Amino acid sequence: VLLIPCPWCGPRDETEFKYGGQAHLPYPDDPAALSDEAWADFLFMRDNPRGPWSERWMHVAGCRRWCNVVRDTATNRIFGSYRIGEPPPEVPD
Amino acid sequence: MGSRRLDRGGHGVDRSAPVEMTFEGRSLGAFAGDTLASALLANGVDVVCPSPILGRPRGVFSAGVEEPCAFVEVTTPSFEPILPAPMVKALDHLTAVGRPGVGVLVGGDDGIATADHRHLHVDTLVVGGGAAGLREALAAVRQGDRTMLVDERHWLGGTASSDDTIDGIPALAWIDDVAGELRTSPDTAVLTEATALGVYDDGYVVVFERPAPVATLWHVRAGRVVLATGAHERPIAFADCDRPGVMLASAAVTYADRFGVAAGERAVVFTTNHAGHDAATVLAAEGIEIAAVIDVSEGGPASDAMRALGVDVRNGWAVTGTEGDPRVSAVHVAGPGGAAETIEADLLLVSGGWNPVTQLWRGIGGGLRFDEGRACFVPDGAGPPWLSIVGAAAGEVPTSVPFWFTPAQDLSRHYVDLQRDSTVADVLEAVGHDLHSTEHVKRATYIGTAIDQGRTSGVLTAAIVNQAWGDGPGAQGPTNARPPYTPVPYAVLAGRDRGPVLLDPIRTTPIHDWHVEHGAAFENVGQWKRPWFFPAGAESMDQAVARESLAVRNDVGVLDASTLGKIEVVGPDAAAFLDRMYSNRMSTLAVGSIRYGLMLGLDGMVFDDGVVMRLADDRFFVTTTTGGAANVLDRFEEWLQTEWPDLRVYCTSVTEQWATVAVNGPRARELMGALETDVPLDAETFPFMTVRDGMVAGMPARIARVSFTGELAYEINVVGWLGRPMWQAVMAAGEPFGVTPYGTEAMHLLRAEKGFVIVGHRDARRPWHVVDRAQGRLGLRGTPVTLAARHGAPRSQAVGRIAPGRSQHLAARRRADGGPHVGGHGAAGADAGSRHFELPQSIAGQDVRAGHDRRGTRAHRYHPRGAAAGRRHRSRGHIAGLLRRAERTPRRRWSVTTARDPLAARVEDLARIARVTDGAVMLEHVPFLAQVNLRLDPALAERAPYPLPVEPNTVWEDGPRAALWLGPDEWVILGPPHAGAEIVAELEGTLEGLHRSIVDVSANRVALEISGQQAKEILSKGCSIDLHPSMWAPGMCAQTMLGKAQVVLHERADTTGIAVRTSFANYLIDWFGAATA
Repeated sequence: VLLIPCPWCGPRDETEFKYGGQAHLPYPDDPAALSDEAWADFLFMRDNPRGPWSERWMHVAGCRRWCNVVRDTATNRIFGSYRIGEPPPEVPD
Repeated sequence: MGSRRLDRGGHGVDRSAPVEMTFEGRSLGAFAGDTLASALLANGVDVVCPSPILGRPRGVFSAGVEEPCAFVEVTTPSFEPILPAPMVKALDHLTAVGRPGVGVLVGGDDGIATADHRHLHVDTLVVGGGAAGLREALAAVRQGDRTMLVDERHWLGGTASSDDTIDGIPALAWIDDVAGELRTSPDTAVLTEATALGVYDDGYVVVFERPAPVATLWHVRAGRVVLATGAHERPIAFADCDRPGVMLASAAVTYADRFGVAAGERAVVFTTNHAGHDAATVLAAEGIEIAAVIDVSEGGPASDAMRALGVDVRNGWAVTGTEGDPRVSAVHVAGPGGAAETIEADLLLVSGGWNPVTQLWRGIGGGLRFDEGRACFVPDGAGPPWLSIVGAAAGEVPTSVPFWFTPAQDLSRHYVDLQRDSTVADVLEAVGHDLHSTEHVKRATYIGTAIDQGRTSGVLTAAIVNQAWGDGPGAQGPTNARPPYTPVPYAVLAGRDRGPVLLDPIRTTPIHDWHVEHGAAFENVGQWKRPWFFPAGAESMDQAVARESLAVRNDVGVLDASTLGKIEVVGPDAAAFLDRMYSNRMSTLAVGSIRYGLMLGLDGMVFDDGVVMRLADDRFFVTTTTGGAANVLDRFEEWLQTEWPDLRVYCTSVTEQWATVAVNGPRARELMGALETDVPLDAETFPFMTVRDGMVAGMPARIARVSFTGELAYEINVVGWLGRPMWQAVMAAGEPFGVTPYGTEAMHLLRAEKGFVIVGHRDARRPWHVVDRAQGRLGLRGTPVTLAARHGAPRSQAVGRIAPGRSQHLAARRRADGGPHVGGHGAAGADAGSRHFELPQSIAGQDVRAGHDRRGTRAHRYHPRGAAAGRRHRSRGHIAGLLRRAERTPRRRWSVTTARDPLAARVEDLARIARVTDGAVMLEHVPFLAQVNLRLDPALAERAPYPLPVEPNTVWEDGPRAALWLGPDEWVILGPPHAGAEIVAELEGTLEGLHRSIVDVSANRVALEISGQQAKEILSKGCSIDLHPSMWAPGMCAQTMLGKAQVVLHERADTTGIAVRTSFANYLIDWFGAATA
């Protein structure tokens, strides 16, 4: 059970959160303008890095805010969370 | 078999406290402090059980959790199917039998231990209560840490013996001192018989505390975890190394020193390291004759010291085998130059080196390296920053010669994994089949797959594999051992979350009790219980559904629709927002009107459906499906927060705030008239798809002219606690019209006949309903309409469908996928397939490519289990026409009773909690507490009539008013019972004109208060947040989980407020009942 630092409520168990997948994937301005391939790419294709990446979590059983979390996918170490619209925290080397 | 209890020694047992146990029907005399294994040895029981696969006799091999041989089934005091005898604490009347390898479960709940779960937050958790662990825990306590120390044994001090010293004082005295200080320190928990099953992310450790009658599974969140898990002595493989009487050398020391038990009379010691010599020294002092010490090393100070004591020490020799029946009676040894000898002995003590206990360390990412000098794998960094490992577990173990097995021609009785009866020959055979990885060898030989997870065999196997391949001695380590560290009963993992009431919350509507009283059969819809049908007398389901459906078609029926999700969407951009969320336009809806809408996933599939009511220019009331309510609200919040933060819209869930009584049928208007309402009911002033507020039967109500049956319908929405009074008023007023309550089965049937979508029951794609193709609608890009337009394919069109074959109820949920005969290359979704009571066939609505051109034709569909089945397309009206021909059946009469608060029936259950806990826990209910949800930009907080707290999770409270922070732009304002409207008026008074949302949610949540000295302990059984006074104090609030229900906790000076969704209130009271039992 991860301990996710909600930017509002502080550290809470993962069980209070809902996962939202990769962060910083804006909805296309005009989906109709995209080719089927580009649209499918937006819908289904996600990065899958080994190491730190930004992902979205919603504190669904708490303050019900979405936030972004930088987590190392190899170690599950969390480097911090940030509110929507804020820049991600520094990840130490 | 006489007693092997020594006359003296045994500092761990109390010789003045005899204990009587029974093993395999035989009486076992023991003392308090014994284990079952020490009692078995003391009573001369050589064979505990046969080996699991070959049935070879096996006795006690170790003194700890690494035991690979002596397994027992305990039947008294509580049933445990398989336990290592050294880990069973001696208890009076304990009854056990030998149980090799495979346990047997008893049926039912009889004898299954109950278990509590507890959440605990500490600064430091120390795993292992040996000297190293005690030292760490003491340091933590002295620096003021909240500390927990756990050890799997029933004592502290680990393997320390009475000859050892720590910090210059006798070890046992030091251990007593430290344990005493820990046990009397504040915020310090010292648990024995408690095993850390696994170490997980971010300092999360699950600890299984075994003592009966109620075991505890601790969910520990630690800032720092220190592993002081010690080391396990390793055996050596030689012929018949599994015979009873062969034992780890350190185990024999423990049995002699701690328990005062001689494991044998005359011992041979076989060692690769000085621990064997140490053991020989201790045992000799206890009166056990040391026949010889066989040391594979070339000698050194330890060997010389033993020789000086007159012991026969053979350096460079090895044990080649044993004989005896069944217990060892002689040991075969071999030396340099082909020398061989047989030594008479009844005990063979083996020390092949030491393995640091690193399973928990590795499980969370800790690394290992091979230590050549110690011939073992030791921790090597790489773990998470909050984790450390100390003492023997960190590699502080004796140096050892790397000697793994005694070479021989025949290696087929050189047992490596005694619990899997796997031998050196088996390992070499696996290697011979070209298996290189120890993980592959494990799967070929089963080594390490038994209960002990290869604690004594893993390193040995890796060494044999490395040697066979000619790799370096540390080229591969042992296979990974995953949690749980030791077996844990499922009943313990389940805790109190068992049985029909607590396994999963059952959500019920305010009208539920009426349905129960009137014999409804229920259907599960998500967590909700909904009336499925109301059988009258001996009616079958078919008959009941037929009667209910006909009543709706011919007269009037009434449905409890309270489970539908309900959301208020408020703000100047609410209309624009809903335009984007639904596939059709909502912004053109007139105030007071209603529109049906579909929500699509981005892939174009239906996500949810419902109706949208426009209450004001900037205020909408949205309904969702019963199962989709949470998902829809989450989706709204997701898009508002993450994609369109510029839209000024607030959403508030009001599912339980409203109860919904749906009156459907040609005589619905007559019934409504008889109810006495000030809302004009004629179709001209109150047309279809409009909504009106007014009084109905003396109760304030919101009436919606929506119909999911195709009949004339009025949906009466009232505040939750008026749900049952309104239902009963409808039943009373409807009696002259033959009002008939109907359930979900009739509802689905009636819906299907009209061709309405039933979301959640089918994959449904409804291109015909996507009426607005304006840009911005979520999901449009992926719909068949769009795809068809882009690719020029014919559109799907909805048609009715009749199945020629066998019929089924909706309960037998089928899914029909259009095959090539129906839909070209694409699949078509059928949204309902339900058997009509009168027709021999199933009917359904279905999307079919160019469906309108195919009316009256036969369609074929792919069925996963067989041949294509035909379907005939019919127009919708045809089915409805058939429906009206069925016979009518007599109706029942209903009576009105008085209204009650939602928890009126639970008063006695609340009182019982105080009674069974002697007042240590008191749970009270505050009926009708006023709660008003406020959404407002925090920058405007000072405009509110109360000082809204902007600090997260804090409360402003003054007399009867309180404001709880729920989110950065969300508060709930509390007030005295029934003051909801008053609070709404106060807020509207100062916030008018601002973008805000003010919603009375008094009936949406039930308010409980818990107090008493054990209140926090009970809460910690189901709540993962830190409720320690240093972290949780009066004036704070938190939204979190309690059991399986979302709650709002609110701390006051002497009580904790708990607000829970009304539909979860019964579950939560049941949960408290179990937690305090």
